[in-house]
Amino acid sequence: MKHVTRKASLQVNQNEGLIFEKSSAGKAAWKLPPLDVPEVDTAKLLGASERKELGNMPEVSEIEIIRHFTRLSTWNYAIDLGMYPLGSCTMKYNPRVNEAVARVEGIANGHPYQPEKISQGALRILKTLSEQLIEITGMDAITMQPAAGAHGEMTGLLMVRAYHQSQGNARKKILIPDSAHGTNPATAAMVNYAVENLKSDSRGMVDIAALATQMSEDVAALMLTNPNTLGVFEQDIHKIADILHAKGGLLYMDGANMNALVGKVRPGDFGVDVMHLNLHKTFSTPHGGGGPGSGPVAIKKSLEPFLPTPVVTTKADGTLAFDYNRPQSVGRVRAFYGNFGMFVRALAYIQANGPDGLRQTTEDAVLNANYIRKGLEGTYDLPYSTPTMHEVVFSDKLQAKKGVRTMDIAKRLIDYGFHPYTTAFPLIVPGALMIEPTESESKEEMDLFIEAMKSVAEEVEEDPQTVLEAPHSTRVSRLDETAAARKPVLRWKPPV
Amino acid sequence: MRYLPKSPADREAMLKAIGLRSVDDLFAQIPAEYRLSRDLKIPRQMAESEIVDFFRQRSRENGEGHASFLGAGAYAHYRPVIIDSLISRGEFLTAYTPYQAEISQGTLQSIFEFQSMICELTGMEVANASMYDGSTAAAEAVMMAVRLTGRRSVVVARSLHPEYREVLATYATHQGMPLSVMGFGNDGRLNLHELEKSITAETACVLIQSPNFFGTIEDVAAIADVAHKNGAMLVVSIAEAVSLGIVEPPREADVIAMEAQSFGVPLGFGGPYCGVIATREKFVRQMPGRLAGQTVDKQGRRGFVLTLATREQHIRREKATSNICTNQALVALMVNIFMTVYGKVGLKELAKQNLAKAAYASAQFAKQANVLFGSAPRFNEFVVQTSEDPIAINSRLLEHKIVGGLPLKKFYPELGNAALWCCTELTTRTAIDTAVARVAESGRSDRSTREEVAEVTR
Repeated sequence: MKHVTRKASLQVNQNEGLIFEKSSAGKAAWKLPPLDVPEVDTAKLLGASERKELGNMPEVSEIEIIRHFTRLSTWNYAIDLGMYPLGSCTMKYNPRVNEAVARVEGIANGHPYQPEKISQGALRILKTLSEQLIEITGMDAITMQPAAGAHGEMTGLLMVRAYHQSQGNARKKILIPDSAHGTNPATAAMVNYAVENLKSDSRGMVDIAALATQMSEDVAALMLTNPNTLGVFEQDIHKIADILHAKGGLLYMDGANMNALVGKVRPGDFGVDVMHLNLHKTFSTPHGGGGPGSGPVAIKKSLEPFLPTPVVTTKADGTLAFDYNRPQSVGRVRAFYGNFGMFVRALAYIQANGPDGLRQTTEDAVLNANYIRKGLEGTYDLPYSTPTMHEVVFSDKLQAKKGVRTMDIAKRLIDYGFHPYTTAFPLIVPGALMIEPTESESKEEMDLFIEAMKSVAEEVEEDPQTVLEAPHSTRVSRLDETAAARKPVLRWKPPV
Repeated sequence: MRYLPKSPADREAMLKAIGLRSVDDLFAQIPAEYRLSRDLKIPRQMAESEIVDFFRQRSRENGEGHASFLGAGAYAHYRPVIIDSLISRGEFLTAYTPYQAEISQGTLQSIFEFQSMICELTGMEVANASMYDGSTAAAEAVMMAVRLTGRRSVVVARSLHPEYREVLATYATHQGMPLSVMGFGNDGRLNLHELEKSITAETACVLIQSPNFFGTIEDVAAIADVAHKNGAMLVVSIAEAVSLGIVEPPREADVIAMEAQSFGVPLGFGGPYCGVIATREKFVRQMPGRLAGQTVDKQGRRGFVLTLATREQHIRREKATSNICTNQALVALMVNIFMTVYGKVGLKELAKQNLAKAAYASAQFAKQANVLFGSAPRFNEFVVQTSEDPIAINSRLLEHKIVGGLPLKKFYPELGNAALWCCTELTTRTAIDTAVARVAESGRSDRSTREEVAEVTR
């Protein structure tokens, strides 16, 4: 490497095969206690339904399992190792007390169908978190049932549809800005709404004139991410809401970027009717390599009758209970009550922060994004000069002249000890570099990041090939994704 | 604030570097009338010790220390200690979705192993990286069948978990997918005659659960015959994954929608759990959710990537197979570790213990009450019908710190005073005997009432 990085150095890591390759008959990592009831004759009990063999399931010992997964873990990058500037993903610190309290016995082992009398602890957690999220969003009511952001979007749009149906017309389409996440149009399709694309203006915001033209009595809602995926706050939000409301439409807010707003401004105050939150973004529950998430949906009063069942209520004697008798409900979107373990973690996060901590968190997240913007402006092309909130979007326009694209720069960043930013999104910026530092980064870590990004830019000028072939320091180099998709190998099979 | 790595001097220096005077300048683009000028009305910052106290208190109010006979889609199995040791490693816990394959090989290889083991256990050819849970996996599997067959109507077994049915109804309503529900016979299994009558040339799929909600194992082959004869697909939901250790998997199914919670995932008051969809290779391009696949790098070394992404929302937007993005990755890792710990022999032995406990318990209950659906094989759940309301029996049991079976009146009023009981390897003979004795009390009180009535009449 021509330019030395201060962030990382190379380290030996262990090779490890697939678990199946370590298996041999007679090894075991389990031991059951002796049976305290009579043994049974399986063949007699199950007849033709008895299973005779379990195929190629592995047989390994405990130490091998520990080493196997520990070795695999060392091949991953993680927030715990350093900055993870994925735009739109909000990769913030995951506090460990959240994990500890989620594992307290009565919370970890509570059965969803245990009597309400002995579920008061879980119900209290549900209710407390609900109330606090309502206060944070400025909305009137909430459902905690959706399992992730996209699931929340679906739940929100089902409520939108039910609301319009109750007004006599379900309406036909959803307006979605061209800067939106892919889940927005995919969700609209799942609830059988047509998607109509809405252009952004030269500032990267909703084109108000276009919205006014496209808005009609056929439009059920606008799905708006605010701040949008450029990290820009929709300044004309009140006009947007007015245009929708004047024609009876609803304003749906994708709360993916709520980390820019908590404690500073509330969507309920600026005209939003329905919104989802991602507890695994704003409220610090771990991403865990892709999930679990949690996607509560907060709504205004007018939509409350349509909430999924059940909802938590307080009985006359002060105890809490589930209310299933909700005739106008959109129904259930998931068995039981949602990803409860994530509620525990999110509530612990809010408790650790308090009102001042949440506000400071938001301020630091926005401060960090602007610091990076300032540090990289000039080195990378900034397609929209509109003020930045929690994330900043550059483009690879300057580097593309040398044939280096955003993905190449991202891969080279790995050699500098960083996880890449989000590449090639939002779609309105060709060759986008979407950077969201979150509040969890210190000034030192961001200075290292800025230094690394500048260094890569220099490499692009002096030695583009090094960047094009990156990463150079990882266990594997760039993988053949085309081959993976053309002839998919999706499971291990024993060698013949 | 203890999670924020900045001193006031750092913030000052950064603002200065940006060329701003105060933090408020960072929020200038938000119209002033919407900016919050007060504190959020939430409690003050709490110390870590206070947070731990708060949740310990909630835990004490939440059935801590009870033995339980509840199953019904959420099962209490032992969780090997190494599951939490391993998933607590920050490299798993605090990583994102493995889109950057070169620095995500740990997550990717573990997903590949997960998919492989799910295939081994279900007898299917491909499995995805996870879905939210068993209920949404079932709904998505049905929508998959609708796309594959080009037909729209769906036949659903009444013996499918009632909440799964509710979720399917929610998903189906706005897709214009008519649902018809098929009853069960005296053996608790799907009524085949009714199926033959209700299936039509418009039926995209038949959705059943096996072992079904009552714990009874369905005659999957016979149901598959009827479905396939009519050009429909068979989707089988599996809610109790441990059954796969001893019960033949539904190999005749076209799609399997599974809930893998039993494999090392805490009950956690209903979630997060781990759904999975498994199917035939030929259907993979209509499968929702992420998939890890094997490939090679530029030097020809084995590696893994997320693949067939053209099915997914971030590429196809409104034409995607589903809107799912975030799934249950860390929970799938728990499941993966559990499957690895028990493996080929352990899973079978584990399932056998479940079978034995339930067989003992159902035989004991049968001496005091009416155990339904005895003529068909079952795994670790069974339905007990009593003369007394099971809610009354359960409240007596609660005094012994035992949570009795799930009263079924809410879901199946036609079964009268019935409750669904579940035994796992963690259920002790003592707890079973105590529970049976409390049921016997109702039998006795009922008998004595009858005798009194008889005496009076005499």
